[in-house]
Amino acid sequence: MNTWANRRDYLFRSTKGLIALAIALVALITAVWGTLSGPMAEWGIRDITIRVLGMAIHPEQREGRIIMLYHVIAMAVVAIETYMITSTVRMTEEEQSNINGLVTIGYLLTMFFGLGFAYFGHNYAFHGLFIAGQSLLFFAGCMLAKALWPWKKSTYLEKGSPYARTPKGIDLERAAFFTMTVATLGSACFGAVTGSFWGNGHETFLAENLIRIPHKTGLQLSIIGHLHIMLTLVAVAITLLVGRWLDFKGIWHKISMPLMIFGSITITLGVWTVVPFENIAHTIIYVGAVFTMTAALMLVIFGWKKLIGERLAEVGIAKANLFQGVKALVHDPLKFGPLWQMVFMNFTVSGVGIFMAIKLDKIFRIWPAREERITLTGHWHILAALIATIILLYYADMCGLKGKTRQWFGWIVIIGSDIAFGAMTIFSMKRGFVSTYDQQPLVDWTMILADFGLGAIMVVLAMLLLWRIYDFMNRKGAWQQESSELELARIPLKQDNSVDTEEVVQ
Amino acid sequence: MNRMEFITFITVILLAGATSGSVHAQENKTIPVFDTGVNPNSWVTVAKGDFFAGQHNKKTKVDYDYEIMVTPVTNAQYAEYLNSASSRHTIATKDNKVFGFYPGDKFNKHNHEFEIKAGDKVQIKLDAQGLAIETRDGKFIAKSGWENHPVVQITWFGAKAYCDSNGGRLPSEVEWEKAARGTDTRSYPWGNEVTSAYANLYASKDPFEKSFGKQGTTTPVGFYNGRSYNGFQTKDARSPYGLYDMAGNVWQWSGDVYPNTHYRWLRGGSKNNYDFELRVYNRNSAGPDYHDIDIGFRCVRNK
Repeated sequence: MNTWANRRDYLFRSTKGLIALAIALVALITAVWGTLSGPMAEWGIRDITIRVLGMAIHPEQREGRIIMLYHVIAMAVVAIETYMITSTVRMTEEEQSNINGLVTIGYLLTMFFGLGFAYFGHNYAFHGLFIAGQSLLFFAGCMLAKALWPWKKSTYLEKGSPYARTPKGIDLERAAFFTMTVATLGSACFGAVTGSFWGNGHETFLAENLIRIPHKTGLQLSIIGHLHIMLTLVAVAITLLVGRWLDFKGIWHKISMPLMIFGSITITLGVWTVVPFENIAHTIIYVGAVFTMTAALMLVIFGWKKLIGERLAEVGIAKANLFQGVKALVHDPLKFGPLWQMVFMNFTVSGVGIFMAIKLDKIFRIWPAREERITLTGHWHILAALIATIILLYYADMCGLKGKTRQWFGWIVIIGSDIAFGAMTIFSMKRGFVSTYDQQPLVDWTMILADFGLGAIMVVLAMLLLWRIYDFMNRKGAWQQESSELELARIPLKQDNSVDTEEVVQ
Repeated sequence: MNRMEFITFITVILLAGATSGSVHAQENKTIPVFDTGVNPNSWVTVAKGDFFAGQHNKKTKVDYDYEIMVTPVTNAQYAEYLNSASSRHTIATKDNKVFGFYPGDKFNKHNHEFEIKAGDKVQIKLDAQGLAIETRDGKFIAKSGWENHPVVQITWFGAKAYCDSNGGRLPSEVEWEKAARGTDTRSYPWGNEVTSAYANLYASKDPFEKSFGKQGTTTPVGFYNGRSYNGFQTKDARSPYGLYDMAGNVWQWSGDVYPNTHYRWLRGGSKNNYDFELRVYNRNSAGPDYHDIDIGFRCVRNK
C-alpha cells in the first residue's frame, strides 16, 4: 500500500496519530504565540513575530484575540481528550471513527480560521468557519454522549466486578464520563448563546476585567460561568482518563466514581445558577468541588499505592521501609507525574482559590483590581497548564518512551512545570508579602524561574516531537505499529453487542 | 553527580537565587535630572461635544466645556498644597500621616461594598516608600531632583483634597477619557502605535530604568515630548488636547463615586505596566485609602 496513504491514515485515523497531531499543533501555537506577551515582548521578540508572520495586531482587539486564542487551544485539548475517551471507554469502532473524524475537522477549522480571523485581519468568512468548527465539535460531543450512554445493557458490569457499578450493573465510570460529556455540552451552550448576541447586546470582554463591576448583565454572568465550568470539566475528564490509564479499580474506585458523578453534576448546576442566583452559586460550587476533589484524591491514593506495589514486586522487596517506598513511588515519572500534578494543584490552584475567598474582603478588595486580576488569572492558567502537562506525560507513555529518555522527559516536565507554576503562584500573590516598591527582585526571579521551567518543558517536548517526525519519515517507524492500535486501554474494548461483557471486564 | 543530584542542585540554586537580590533603594541613588520644558501649572480647555468612550466606542456626550491640567500633579505642587492646607488647618499630621476630613459615602450594604464613613481620612503617609516629599523645618518640600515628577503614594482622599482646595475636582472617568482620546477612536493618546518612546511603561529602557531596574521610577511630567534625554529619544505623546502623561508613568485617580461599591477608578496605566494597560479605555480600581508608588492624579475645573 502507498506509504503516504498509510501516513495520512496514521495522522487522521489512528488514536495515537490524532493525539500526536493535536499536541504538535498546540505546541507550535504555544511556541509562536507565547512570544507575543510577557518577557518575550520585553525582549523585542514580539515585534519580530508580528513582522515575520504579517500579523495585524490592533490594540482595541486584544481581548477578542485572546478569547479566540483560548478557544483555539481549548478545542484542540477537547479533541485530545475525546480521542482518549473514544479509545478507552467501550464503544463500537464505527462510533469511535465518526466521533474522532468530526472532532478532528472541528478543531482544525476552529484553529486555523480562529487564528486567521483574530491575528491576520478580520475576514468574517474566517470567523464563520471558526464558529462552524466549534459547532462540529458540539455535534461530535452529542455523538459521544450517545456512544457513552450508560444504560446500554452490553456495557453493564457483572456482579463481583472490581470496578464501580450500581446494583443493576451500570458501569459508574462510564456514567461519570457520560455525566462529564453532557455537562460539557450544556455548559458550552452558555458560551454559544451569549456569543450569538455578539454585536447585538453583547460586547467582547475578559471576565477578569469585570470582577469589580457591582452589577453584571446576564450575558456577562453567563460567560463567567461558561469559562469556569468548561475548564473544570476538562479537569474532570483528564482525571477520569488517568484513572483508565492506571486501571483504577477496587474499593477506592467504587467510592470515587459516585463522588465524581455527584460532584460533576453539583458543580455544573452551581455554575449554571450563576446567572439567576449569583449569590448562592458559589456555595453550590464549593459543595461540588469537595466531591470531585475527594474523588480525585482517591485516584491518587490508589495510584500511588499501585505504583509502589508494582515496583516493589518488580525489585523483589516484600517489606519496604519508607525510603524504599518513596523510591518505588517515583520510579516511573510518567506515571507518578500525573498523580503528583493533581496533588501539586492544591498548592497552586485550589489553595490560592481558598486563600482568596478567605481574604477577599480583607485584602483583595482593597488592593488594585490589577493585583486581584493577576492572582485570579494566574491560578486559573496554572490549572490549564497542569492539565496540559498531564496530557504530555500520558502521551509520552503512549509513545513508549523507555529507560533514561523516559526518566529525563518525565522529570523535566514535572520539575520544570512545578518550578514554573510555583514561581508564578508566588508572583501572583506577591502583594501579600512585598510592596510594589520592593518587588523588582522578586518579579525578576519568579519570571526567570517561570521561563526556565516552561522553557525546559518546551525543549523536551520539541525533542519528543522531532523524534516523532523523524520516526514518521521512516518507512518502518513505530508509527506503522501505532496505526493499527485504536485502543489505549488495558483491555480489548471494541466489541459488538453480542460479546459477553464479563469477558470484557476481566 | 548522578541525575537526581544534578536536578536537585539546579533546583536549589534557582530557588535560592529567587530569594536574594538587591532591594529597590530609591532613596540612596541619584536621580537623573531633566527639564522637559513643560509647565505643570498649565491647563487646557476640552470643548463640549461628543466623543467615543470605551473599548467599544460608545458615542458619549459631554455637554459642557472644562479645563484639565496638562500634566499630573507634581511633588512640588503637592508639597505646596500641604503647606497651604496645613496653615489653613484643613489637614493635620499625626504619626507621620496627613489627615483631612471627608464627608463619607452613601452605604448600600451591597455585596463586597465597604462603608466609607464621614471622618478624617489619611491623605498621605509621610513615611511611605518612594514618596518624594519630605518635611524640613516644619515645611513640606519635594526631594531634590524629584520636583517635577508626578506625586505618588497619594490616597484618593489626598488627591480629591488637593483638587478641591484649588477650586477644581478630580476628573470623572468620562472627562478623563475624552481628554486623553479626543474625538476619534484611537487607543493611545497619540494614536494606535505604542513603543517605549511614547510613554513610561514597564521595561521601557528609559534613562531612569538604568539606575532603578525595569520598573524604574516615574519620569518628569511631560517627558515624552519629542526631546532627546541623554540619547534617549522620545516621541511627542501628547493627547489631541495637548495633555502629557495620559498613558503610563502613573495611574490617575478619577473622581466618580458609584453606588453599591467603595472602589475608586484609576486610568492611564503606569510605569509598572505593559502597553495594553495604557490604552485610554483601560480601567483599574482600588479602595480610596490605597496608595502606591505608581498612583498619582491630575485635576479638572469648570470653565
